[in-house]
Amino acid sequence: MAQTSKQVERQEGGARGSEFKTSMATRYGFDRAFSILVTVAALVGVAVLAVLLIDVIGDGSGRLSLGFLTSFPSQIFPENSGIYPALIGSLWLLALTAIISVPLGLGAAVYLEEYAADTRINRMIEINISNLAGVPSVIYGLLGLGIFVQLLAPLTGGASVLTGALTLSLLILPVLIVTTREALRSIPRSIREGGYALGATRWEVIWSHLLPMALPGALTGMILALSRAIGEAAPILVVGAAAYQTYTTAGPFDGYMALPTQIYDWISRPQDVFQELAAAGIVVIMAVLLVANSVAIVLRNRFQQRS
Amino acid sequence: MAVEAGRMRSKEGDWQRNSRGREFKERVIKFLLTACAYLSIFTTIGIVVVLFEETVRFFLDVSIVEFLTSTRWAPNTGDFGVLPLVYGTLMATFIAIAVALPIGLLTAIYLSEYAPRRLRQYLKPALEILAGVPTVVYGYFALTFITPFLGNNLFSDIDSFNAISAGLIMGVMIIPTVASVSEDAIYAVPRSLREGAYALGATKRETATKIVVPAALSGIVAAVILGISRAIGETMIVTIAMGSQANFGGTPLESMQAMTAYIVQVVGGETPRGSAVFGSIFAVGSALFLMTLALNLASYWFVRRFREIY
Repeated sequence: MAQTSKQVERQEGGARGSEFKTSMATRYGFDRAFSILVTVAALVGVAVLAVLLIDVIGDGSGRLSLGFLTSFPSQIFPENSGIYPALIGSLWLLALTAIISVPLGLGAAVYLEEYAADTRINRMIEINISNLAGVPSVIYGLLGLGIFVQLLAPLTGGASVLTGALTLSLLILPVLIVTTREALRSIPRSIREGGYALGATRWEVIWSHLLPMALPGALTGMILALSRAIGEAAPILVVGAAAYQTYTTAGPFDGYMALPTQIYDWISRPQDVFQELAAAGIVVIMAVLLVANSVAIVLRNRFQQRS
Repeated sequence: MAVEAGRMRSKEGDWQRNSRGREFKERVIKFLLTACAYLSIFTTIGIVVVLFEETVRFFLDVSIVEFLTSTRWAPNTGDFGVLPLVYGTLMATFIAIAVALPIGLLTAIYLSEYAPRRLRQYLKPALEILAGVPTVVYGYFALTFITPFLGNNLFSDIDSFNAISAGLIMGVMIIPTVASVSEDAIYAVPRSLREGAYALGATKRETATKIVVPAALSGIVAAVILGISRAIGETMIVTIAMGSQANFGGTPLESMQAMTAYIVQVVGGETPRGSAVFGSIFAVGSALFLMTLALNLASYWFVRRFREIY
């Protein structure tokens, strides 16, 4: 009897919904807490980026001037130091890396997307490319040291800016290939078939239709990959970017300084003045990269809207 | 009739001659494109051969057993036990993952389940910029901002080079990797699963954490493995902010050296080619390459093996 009354009570409780109600309140409470948690988490990265930029600008703004861009670094008069040779070196690296890596990346992407049959070797190439994308950049440096600096020294001039560009090219090729393939894949099949129906060969279709259509997507990938290349310090330190030189790079076989390695060199000196110089150098490189990234993003958004 | 047939023949002839030229051009182009794709194979072979050759030469001087088991790393006195460097690398990686796993995963959930469309449009590029910040910049920030900040507010006995600032900032660096790969996996979970959960009375959080995340788990694990591999291979942050003194068993507040940092330290000095010290960077590089290769393959395998197919 007592048991049944309890059962009735419980049933009544259920019917009144009191238990259920409190439970709903806690569940919604958790929900609200969770939505705040994920929002905060999503903003952590952006917040750190903001603090970083403010910190760097605060540290480096005192050293930023036109003279900073046009002078050589100096240990004797650090106040007058500048990034001129590093800036020129980085421009050389950028240009040579683009000339070397863009055709190779486009070629490999076109082959894999438009020509390659689903054979064992082609699947191996694909797995291999995704693996290469995960190889640490300093390992590419060791590769460049063994092949371009030592083995091919007569062709590359040893620790030249060409060697640096070749090493960076190998580093960014996987990224270039992956983004270009994605751009090619998003082109509808009907475009290709239309071309073939008019009697065009495979290459004619690729050259006249596929490459132009894939261009915005591929260009976005190129900008992101190249901006990664000019920000890399580790591989070019390994293949011998100069810590200091008294001339500016004037040809592909010359030695070179580069922005990230110049910044690293200043960071590793303890005096305050060098830390400020490093911060000013960082402001310059971040400005360049932010502009490049914005262009890439605008380009991609435009492309996505159109297609 | 005859005239017409003749004209047709001549046209056909034209066409064939032309076709032969086109076919040749096509073949040359295909060959060139194939060569571009095969370059990636040669890159891998190049990496393996360079690392292997120099590593073997190094192990002629130094015993491989000592390299893999000794806990003393002092190249100048001929002590080549790699474990202290591995310890430094793993310490920084562990701290980085402790930051990047929760924040990256929650960011991915926010982006795919919670974020208003407008905000998402701005947040994703912002994360891309975070991923594109040069690592020397992160290194500078860890050394000149995070370390003094921690020293003033939390740990007064922190070294000026230490694992914790380097690890924390490395965590921030790999948030975009973890977030974007996880988000792809979460995005691929079909709408019907979410709707089923709502129909059963689940709240939004319950749907996200009990239905969507488990359904995307293989992709999330792959994202984390990829993040670990990035952290292990990261060079400039640990070189700048964690120090250049091998330290086996040190606390996160102490200075220690990572494998990548050792390589940079040696190439920056005046080490003669062919010496044991110079060879040691290739041995350390080999160990690093094998570690990241294993992780990348594991991540790849994980996605393939455990992918839920809807």
